Amino acid sequence: MLFFSYFKDLVGREVTVELKNDLAIRGTLHSVDQYLNIKLENTRVVDQDKFPHMLSVRNCFIRGSVVRYVQLPPDGVDIDLLHDATRREARGG
Amino acid sequence: MLGGPGLESVVDQLISVITNDGRNIVGILKGFDQATNIILDESHERVYSTKEGVQQLVLGLYIIRGDNISIIGELDEELDASLDLSEVRAHPLKPVIH
Repeated sequence: MLFFSYFKDLVGREVTVELKNDLAIRGTLHSVDQYLNIKLENTRVVDQDKFPHMLSVRNCFIRGSVVRYVQLPPDGVDIDLLHDATRREARGG
Repeated sequence: MLGGPGLESVVDQLISVITNDGRNIVGILKGFDQATNIILDESHERVYSTKEGVQQLVLGLYIIRGDNISIIGELDEELDASLDLSEVRAHPLKPVIH
């Protein structure tokens, strides 16, 4: 639930999503749901010459289960806040 | 692809699906559920290879299990029409390794 809220705060920011098939997709975070499925707008594949498979896709839905990493904007993470929130959640509320 | 986090906004539109085994299937989204199981109508597979251009295989009506789906992309039909797929060469995508 914590990371769901966290990602919701990042809506509208530029992120790069690296998938478990080594594809990396950059785009504007449009929305996220409870499974951490991600919707991106104005997408481009990071290595388009190697992966031309999504050349005509501008908006996409990425299934949460295939996400390996999400690269965030450097100012998109308040580490102290996230620390506190994860500790609070670990304590059970 | 506006609207909420779900796939409501692309129902009855042409989408491009990349599956966990690296296949690319293009078709019209007819339905979906919570688990991202989807129904695709008038679908075809696009087979990428380095030896020749993209091959298109007609599949018809397909149901794809959500577990096996990586990406669902909204296909920009204008952009797609401007692509000469017979000139596109690439290695097939790698399968997803969890």
